[in-house]
Amino acid sequence: MVGAAMPSRVVTDRPSTSRTGTAVPVRRIRGQRWAFWAFITPFLVGLIGFVYVPIIWSAVLSFFDAQGTVVPTRFIGLANYKRMLTDGAFTSALLTFTLFAVFIVPTTFIVSLGLAMMVNRIQAARAFFRSVFFLPTACSYVVASLVWKLSIFNGVRFGLANQVASLFGSDPIAWLSTINPPLYWIPIVSVRLWLQSGFYMILFLAALQNINPELYEAAFVDGAKGGWQLFRHITLPLLRPTAVSVLLLCLIAAYQAFDEFYNLLGNAEYARPPLVYLYYLALGTQQNFGLGSAGALILAALIAIVTILQSRLLGFGSKGES
Amino acid sequence: MSDNRPLASSPFSRRLFLGGAAAASAAALGACGSNHGSGSSQGAGGKTAIQQWYHQYGESGTQQAAKRYAAEYKDAAVTVQWIPGDYDTKLTSGLAGSSGPDAFEYHLSRALVTSNEVVELTDLIADVKDDYSDADLGSCTVDGKIYAIPMIDDPQLIFYKKSLLEAKGISSIETLDDLVSAAKELTTKDVKGLFSGNTANNDGGALVGPVIYSTGGRYLTQDMKIGFDTGLVADALLKLRQLGTDKSLLLGAPTDWTDPGSIQNGLCAMQWIGMWAVPTMSKAIEDLGVMPFPKAAPNGQPSVASGGWSAMVSAKSKHIDEAKAFTKWLWVDNTKDQEDWSLSYGFHIPPRKSLAAKATKLQSGVAATCVQLNADHGVQNDPNWTPAMGTALTDAVTRIVGKGADPEKELAAAVKKINTELQKF
Repeated sequence: MVGAAMPSRVVTDRPSTSRTGTAVPVRRIRGQRWAFWAFITPFLVGLIGFVYVPIIWSAVLSFFDAQGTVVPTRFIGLANYKRMLTDGAFTSALLTFTLFAVFIVPTTFIVSLGLAMMVNRIQAARAFFRSVFFLPTACSYVVASLVWKLSIFNGVRFGLANQVASLFGSDPIAWLSTINPPLYWIPIVSVRLWLQSGFYMILFLAALQNINPELYEAAFVDGAKGGWQLFRHITLPLLRPTAVSVLLLCLIAAYQAFDEFYNLLGNAEYARPPLVYLYYLALGTQQNFGLGSAGALILAALIAIVTILQSRLLGFGSKGES
Repeated sequence: MSDNRPLASSPFSRRLFLGGAAAASAAALGACGSNHGSGSSQGAGGKTAIQQWYHQYGESGTQQAAKRYAAEYKDAAVTVQWIPGDYDTKLTSGLAGSSGPDAFEYHLSRALVTSNEVVELTDLIADVKDDYSDADLGSCTVDGKIYAIPMIDDPQLIFYKKSLLEAKGISSIETLDDLVSAAKELTTKDVKGLFSGNTANNDGGALVGPVIYSTGGRYLTQDMKIGFDTGLVADALLKLRQLGTDKSLLLGAPTDWTDPGSIQNGLCAMQWIGMWAVPTMSKAIEDLGVMPFPKAAPNGQPSVASGGWSAMVSAKSKHIDEAKAFTKWLWVDNTKDQEDWSLSYGFHIPPRKSLAAKATKLQSGVAATCVQLNADHGVQNDPNWTPAMGTALTDAVTRIVGKGADPEKELAAAVKKINTELQKF
């Protein structure tokens, strides 16, 4: 584990009794306290006002019939929770998310690791290739979704994907609305892949450059055959901490999927992740804040469970991990 | 719609930029404090400031016209907000919070009334009530009270290129079966038979309402019960599904069905769209024809979806009286501007009978046919059909049309959800 390689040098404060006696450090500590609160307060107020109060209020709303109002009066107990859990639309939204995660997490992992290995090995124009693959990270999900929807994956003959398909004799394909076979996953998965692989590639690249080349040399001396064998027995094990964090970040990002689904498919019943469904339920035309809050808390509970499980299984985020 | 002001040509120094940025951030901070939505109070010249919201109309000149009307009003300083994109969501969250408009256009829904988001306007229209059709007033009334003033009526029908139908020997489309087979025959490699929405192969596009109407049903009955025969609608929805499986539908086009781009650019032979696009379509297509949605059951009737927009006043407004006065001035008294709004940009039927009678632009050609078909077959929005019911039905339709699920079973489940909503009334 990389944590074990931390330097053992302990950074200590300057001795407080060095030259000026004890009065100054006390004042300095007081000053530090003041500075501490001065820096912390704005963020604390923001955190309480924009994170904790809404979470608590949302918990309150979930027990009320709150249609079109955030100050409801009719207490209905667990009815909202019961309705959300028996609501086929919400459960199928959870299924959509799961499918999406099954697609996107491994593909992002493989693509970004592959890119990192290639960029790491390349000799010429290194900076160029690094930036070129990282650049899409700077693009907004909304802008990318619109480019995907209107120019690359539109359903008419002059769309880019359809022009390519026509070279193989295919008629124009309605990429976003073909559910049998489910072709809409191609634009959905590819847009996220394009947007985020570059970022994870940088993480992998940093980890790859941390691997001591002597290990490879030693393996060669011991008769390793290079290629897959080196990758399997040296690169991959040493990448484990980064790999685990990339997997988790991908999974969390998938949980939060909203932008590309909203912009590419809108309120489509067949591909509506939980956040899009809750958005239409609570903030769209239905304005049902009670049901929406119940759904949001169920989702939060699921994310919490997954986080705890992964911490038990993979150990990421627990003590001693870096 | 773009604002065509040329970019400033003066040299743009760093100091000017910083000054501008400081002023902009001051304005932004100021905006945080003084709410420019319904909370605003004083406008230019000490007049009451009123925010009026419109969705983005597609025809050029509409935004300028809306601003012109607002400027003509002397008793308050009216600011027009032109909302592109998802108007439904922006408006509903604005009305629920405190950042919404004072006066706005929308379609009345019972949900707006029960959540106390709109004020009653019965008194505004009292003097001229007879000048509106019962259907128009009905779409603006909940429990006997009028909450909205009809602004424009927008019949939606099937427009087509006559020559393409003639070339295939299609003389008339009387039933939904005829429509399905015509769409299939008209489809070639480059031109699709019918365009009714970019995802119509899944959610039925804009045709779900017309299908219900053309089976002889309605969303709800007068006494608030399910207004359609699920058996007949189930059969008709299977025919909608066939349009998709036959590959007769245009899907994923650059613009959606509300924009005439697809039929004008030769991507489809028939398109479901509103009368608003008749001026531009007539220019682009010489042989433009129009027909209602054909009957979808043996005892059904052809139908025209009679949409439109109505003016309302937010109950959260700090200036309800002023907003009501403005709404009355523009959408009840000011027949000159109402006529301009209905006829000078896209075509809409003026809801005032007296105005409709002298609308010469609507008395010839394709527009005249639309008006006649609307009079014969038009079905108005039902304000008691709430967004929650709409979602329940759309989800069922998506499973039937898109996934081929059992229509009777899916519709029964939707009806159950709709009944739950009806019980809340």
